[in-house]
This record gives sequence, C-alpha cells and structure tokens, in this order.
Amino acid sequence: MSGCGLHCMKINHITVTTGGQTLVEDVSLHAHCGEITAVIGRNGAGKSTLFKAIVGDLPHSGEVLFTGHDGVPANRRPRIGYVPQTLNIDPGSPATVLDLAVTYTSRWPAFLPTPRRLRRELAAHFAKFQAEGLLDKPAGRLSGGEWQRVLLAIATRPHPDLLILDEPLSGVDEAGLQQVYALLEQLRQQDMVILLISHDLRYVRDHADRVVLLDQKVLAKGTPADVFSSPAFAQAFPTGGEG
Amino acid sequence: MAALFSWWQYDFMRTALWAVLLLVPLLSLLGTLVVNNRMSFFSDALGHSALTGVAIGVLLGVGDTRPVMVAFAVVFALLMNRIRRSRLTSTDTVIGVFSSVGVALGLTLLSREGNLSNYQSLLVGDLLSLSAEDLWLLVTALAVTAVVWLLCFNGFHGVAVSPAVARSKGLPLWLFDNLFVVLVAVVVMLSIRWVGLLLINAMLILPAAAARNVARSLKSYHLLSLTFGVFAGVLGLLLSYFNGVATGPTIILVLAAVFFGTFLLRKK
Repeated sequence: MSGCGLHCMKINHITVTTGGQTLVEDVSLHAHCGEITAVIGRNGAGKSTLFKAIVGDLPHSGEVLFTGHDGVPANRRPRIGYVPQTLNIDPGSPATVLDLAVTYTSRWPAFLPTPRRLRRELAAHFAKFQAEGLLDKPAGRLSGGEWQRVLLAIATRPHPDLLILDEPLSGVDEAGLQQVYALLEQLRQQDMVILLISHDLRYVRDHADRVVLLDQKVLAKGTPADVFSSPAFAQAFPTGGEG
Repeated sequence: MAALFSWWQYDFMRTALWAVLLLVPLLSLLGTLVVNNRMSFFSDALGHSALTGVAIGVLLGVGDTRPVMVAFAVVFALLMNRIRRSRLTSTDTVIGVFSSVGVALGLTLLSREGNLSNYQSLLVGDLLSLSAEDLWLLVTALAVTAVVWLLCFNGFHGVAVSPAVARSKGLPLWLFDNLFVVLVAVVVMLSIRWVGLLLINAMLILPAAAARNVARSLKSYHLLSLTFGVFAGVLGLLLSYFNGVATGPTIILVLAAVFFGTFLLRKK
C-alpha cells in the first residue's frame, strides 16, 4: 500500500438526524493517508449527508478524530479540503474563478483588485490542476470538468489533511473524468486522506483502496474485492453497477 | 448656465447632495451581496418591519424611535434568518410570512393610537429632511460598513456560495451569516426615514442589479454598483429639484433606467 501513514482519520459512530428523520445512523470508518476511500450507495443513501457532517456543515452526534501514525490524536484542527456537489453560483454571477479562489484561500478581500503576488501564487497552484487558464473565466459558466479542476485546486490550498470529494464524477465528460482521475492519483501521493463519493463503480473497483457501502448505515466495508462480492452489494446494485 | 447651478444656493440641497453621496454608496455596497445572495425579498421584509419598530417605539413613549426600530429589526432579521436556515420550510414562504407580520403588526399597533396618517412619511421618506447630525450618522455608518466589508467580505461571500466549503475552510458560518443580516437590518433602519419603506429596497438592490448585468468580476461588480448608485443619486436629486418632484422616487426611476439600459448590454 502506498502512502506515508502519518495520518489516520477515524469516524466514530456518526449519526445525523434532521426534523426527526435519521439520515445517517451510527457510521464508523477509518481512512488512511495515501489511500482513496470510496463511499458508494444508491441515491438518497446519506452519502452527501455523511460528508457534510464530517465537514461540520450538519449537526451530528459521534466524532471525527485525526491521529498520527502512533495513534495519538492530532493536536491541531485538521485542514479539510471539500469538493461539493454544487455551488450556489448561477450563470449570471459576476464572480470569476480568481474571485472564488481569493474568497476561499486568502485573507485578501475578493472585491478589491488582486495583488500581483497573490495572483501569481494562485496561478502556480491552479497550474497543477491544468486550471490556470480558467482564472479569469466567469465561475458560473464552467463546464463540469473545468469545475472539478477548479474546486480541487481550491480544496487543496492550503494542503489539506483530508480531501473530501462529493460525487465529483457526475456531469463530467469522459475526457474530463480521466483528467480528474489522473489528478486524484497525483494527490494520493501527497500525504492526505482522500474520501470520495462515486457513482462510477468501475473506477472504485480499480482504483479505490477501501470501499464503504452505505445505505443510512454501513452495509459493507473493506477492500473493493470484499465489498463487491458481498451480498449487500448484490442487493444494492443488482446489475453489478453496469448500466 | 447660472440656472443650472441655482440649487447650490440652498442649504437643504447641499445637505441633500451630501446625503446622496453617503447614503447611496452605503446601500449600493450592501446591495451587491443582497443581490448576489438572492436576498432581495429578505431585505424587503426587513424594510416592512420598520412599521412595527416605530409602533413599539411609540407605545414605549420614546422621543426618537430609531434605536427601537434598529433593535426590533435586528431581532426580526436574526429570527427570520434562523427559520430560513432551519431547512424545514421554503425560504420565500417564511420571508413572506415575516413580511406580512411586520406590516400588519405595525399597522395594528399604530392604528391603536388613532393617527395612522402621521406615519405616512415612513412610507415615502424625505431625502431633503436630513440634518447636519444625520450626515454624521451616515458618515459613521458608511465607515463602519466599509471596515466590516474589508474584514468580512470573503466570509459573507464564501458562506453564501457554499456553506460546506466555507465550513471546511474554517470560516465561522454562524457569525458571517448573522453578521450580514444584522448589518443590512441596521443600515436599512437608519436609512428608512429618508428613503421610505416603499423604496428602500429598490435603492438597495437596483444599483447592484444593474451592475450585475455587465460586471465581469467581483471588482467591476462593486465599482459599477457604486458608480451607478452615485450617478443615479446625483442625477435624480437634480432632476427632482428642477421638476419639483420627490427626490427618492426620482433616483429610483433613474436607477431603473440604468438597469434596463445595462440589461440590453448584458453579458451574453
């Protein structure tokens, strides 16, 4: 297994209840640095809800712990990079990609002209995601693949301990998909825990290190081979995820 | 030519010019995020709560009702925001209910005093009624808003674009979400006496709405919103003077013209 093993993220007994309805129930999982942990499940299984709870955007019970390789809890707040499913940006929004990057990754007020040095730093970072040419584009008019690269770039500045991607593979064409996969491969080498919601079961089977099958509760978890051969998987995806 | 500058000899017109140069940029600045965050209905409801604020002030027997209006609007805004964020019911319905309650409660309480017509000025406002102390109040409000904008704009914007991404970056969601509505509540209540309940929201959102038609970045969005606001403010003031009509509504009409003009030029 690749990776540095410096970080382990432990999610212990996470439960999310909204309006008297339990959306996620008693989910526990461990994810390791340098590995891609994929969460799969039918639509409405609570995958996005679980991720929002981990980020802290939804009230929940249970805990999210980060430990060093010695098992000792980290003594600082973990840095989290989050790639959401959607943003509240409409096609008429005046915000450019640069505006969004400045908003989320710097203290410089995004409504003022961006200092040259900050722009250079952002351009250099975005170049790693083949997205430096998108900086001056209107954020509301990007294609699915462009969005993914921009959001990945924003999520990874500063370098996160945990990178969370919520369905990054929807609405992205095949070429865009391959680009995102290649970027994920690079990122997993860079000392971070990667947690991913994916509908692309072929990708999960071939590239994820661990898989969690979720339907409100954890139905199965382990290596892709373990999970894909489990009865719970056959029940959740009767066609084996094809078509 | 001399006739063109005849207005300058009047104290009230010089004061009104200062008022326009302070008040319009203040509202135009706040309006950028009100429009971007799709909160124009929210700010409209806030304006309506002024009636209840005044009524409570009158019932309490205070001389200056403004502090009571501000206090009530802040509570009203925080409550409305909390229910809006609860995700249990649709946002526009909640705001609609709050808006109606703000008006109905205000009218009921004021009618109890039996002199509802005394509060007509609250509905239409009067930009020419500003005093020198009022100007200082506006200077303070503009300075405070500018500082808050410099320190908190990224938080306001980031939380509105994606609460989850904002959270992941460690931005205190609760603080920014509520600070913004409190700021809007305070500024709207301070301005309503001059602009009027019926027009305050138009003055808040029209400069930004016009700017949004043509702006290509957050920088040009802010610059254009302020420019359109000041341009319409000064032109509206002069047009109202020469035509003998009310100032606030004239400014709004100029702003509306700018909006439709930029709409034709909007980004394709």
